[in-house]
Amino acid sequence: MQALVIAAHGSHLNPDASDPTYAHADAVRETGAFDEVREAFWKEEPHFREVIRTLESDEVFVVPLFISEGYFTEQVIPRELRLEEWDPDLWESDGTDASQVTLEATDVDKTIHYCGPTGTHDAMTDVIVQRAESVTGDPDVGDGFGLAVVGHGTDRNENSAKAIEYHTVRIRERDRFDEVKALFMDEEPEVDDVTDYFESDDVVVVPLFVADGYHTQEDIPEDMGLTEDYRLGWDVPAEVDGHRIWYAGAVGTEGLMADVILERAADAGADVGDARDAIRAAANVAVPDGGRDADAGAGTGD
Amino acid sequence: MTVPTADVDDLQAAVETDGAIEFDGLRLARGEEGYALETPESDWSGLDEVELRDALVTVREYVTNWRYWQDSIGGDGTARRTFLRWCERAPLADEIDRLRADDQSSPAPDDYETLAVPQRYEILRDGFDREWGQLCVTTRLVDSHDVDERAGERVYDLWHVDDADTDLADLEVYDDPRDAREIATFDEDDRYRPLKTAPTLVSGWAFTGLSGDELVETIEFFYPATIANWHRELRGDLDVDHWLETAERQTGIYDVIDELPREAVDWMAEACCVDSQCLRRREWQYEAGDDLDVDGGDGPFPCREPCSLVVAAARKWTVLESEDERTYELELTTSELNQLTELIDAVAEGRTDEIREADVYDGANRYRARYLRAKRFADDGSLDAREVDE
Repeated sequence: MQALVIAAHGSHLNPDASDPTYAHADAVRETGAFDEVREAFWKEEPHFREVIRTLESDEVFVVPLFISEGYFTEQVIPRELRLEEWDPDLWESDGTDASQVTLEATDVDKTIHYCGPTGTHDAMTDVIVQRAESVTGDPDVGDGFGLAVVGHGTDRNENSAKAIEYHTVRIRERDRFDEVKALFMDEEPEVDDVTDYFESDDVVVVPLFVADGYHTQEDIPEDMGLTEDYRLGWDVPAEVDGHRIWYAGAVGTEGLMADVILERAADAGADVGDARDAIRAAANVAVPDGGRDADAGAGTGD
Repeated sequence: MTVPTADVDDLQAAVETDGAIEFDGLRLARGEEGYALETPESDWSGLDEVELRDALVTVREYVTNWRYWQDSIGGDGTARRTFLRWCERAPLADEIDRLRADDQSSPAPDDYETLAVPQRYEILRDGFDREWGQLCVTTRLVDSHDVDERAGERVYDLWHVDDADTDLADLEVYDDPRDAREIATFDEDDRYRPLKTAPTLVSGWAFTGLSGDELVETIEFFYPATIANWHRELRGDLDVDHWLETAERQTGIYDVIDELPREAVDWMAEACCVDSQCLRRREWQYEAGDDLDVDGGDGPFPCREPCSLVVAAARKWTVLESEDERTYELELTTSELNQLTELIDAVAEGRTDEIREADVYDGANRYRARYLRAKRFADDGSLDAREVDE
């Protein structure tokens, strides 16, 4: 038997914080690829601390629904899962390369495949692009458009920005959008000045956040000048300084995120069968060009 | 009720494989003299195959019971199976029953009395209820008049304990375990419930016709990990992390909580970890050998370490407890001093909503509170008090 645990932050204050986790867990459940699928949280229940013991499977794949490698993925989650042999060096990552490491949880007789976060997986690049397609309603969006990938950014963790820049570079190399930039809330270049960084009239802004909440629904829309007061809402697109800003909200709510979760588990050795095809078909996604995605996405058509 | 042919075939196959089976009072063995069959009520020996089949029909409840637990449920030794057996007063795993027989002080499930198969079938025909926190589980036999192949199959209904006497037609009926997530998210005032084991689960719903697996999954959404920890406690291997271990493990913004004074941990447990606030029974103490003064409560499922809400609150209290105490002087009548007590108590007990608009006899009445504020607060909105130099 194999189980999937999606490890997310959750919230004591906001019930919406866990919505994407539940939605992606349900999408994976529907595929039947795992005998058990369980959500686990830092701030909700089941807590990271308790989750593994609720499973009957011997093989457990833990995928952190987090954007970057850092405090939560390197310290909190492995500690709370009681992965005593854990050491961040086992991931052999410089900030965006973590794939997986296999360990034993010391309170249960189970093998844990502890995966890198969803946010740094290559498949996440597709989700960001998919988000741009969703918000514009245009499956071919790109020509004449700029794309801003927005991260929190913080002085305390350099990996936070690395994840944003990693996908920015990958999307830029696809030569699909006229311009692709990484912007941040708490460091330069700042999302407040989004229009300063683009020549394109149309700019899609995709925040690389797991859930919609304070930052994506209050801070960023106000900082960018989409609205005076977040409670009044904003238009998509909204006119700002002669540009049309297509604000997408948190990328983590995109249905295709479930595909990234499956990719992480599959990279760690989980047998996911054709579950990825089902997820991509449900998300109405074309087979991506080339690379390692080509065979995995085969059969979904375009 | 007849006994399905497939069940007899399976039972015979199992005996061929294992030589003998023994389950819930049913013993069947194959020896040189033929089959030996035994239940608490009857026994046969030297049966040939035809005689065995005839005999099995007379103990059909034992046969379908064996089939249900070995085939439909499976999972020998798992928390899931043990919980479902507890739901119908079946003997729990041998290991657990032996533990309890050996050590009367080990935690037994509430007044747990096991029943033999015929008695269980009798209570299950009408539906048998067990309570799990604010949940009521009804176990019943599937009506098998015309579905013999499912003879002995159980299904499970789940309700709020407050709805025990409510007609099903008056409840919102569900059959997908995931719907439990929505039900458990908000209290009756539509406020978010971050603590799933808070005694504030809304009523007015029912899950009907769940399989055993679906029942456990549904309860997992209502009360995550409670079955797993209950099962560990039954087996005598609940791994308790006391306050100090949990506090010292924290990093980041919670790194400070191990500095919370010893007596403040008592106050914290009294504030958060009592039956009125949480259905879990607190098993953790300050540290091993140093118990908190506050009783752990009577909840059905054990709490094995401080939860994330307690950890988050402890951070605030650690900061507040780091302040020095000072002496203040302020003018209050005796009744006004008493009123402060009533105000704090009303908020702490969550009864401000119950105080009637015109009940000016209650110190926590809104008009009484507004009057006190108008009279005793300074212009900046703070209590008009002066710090006294010692």
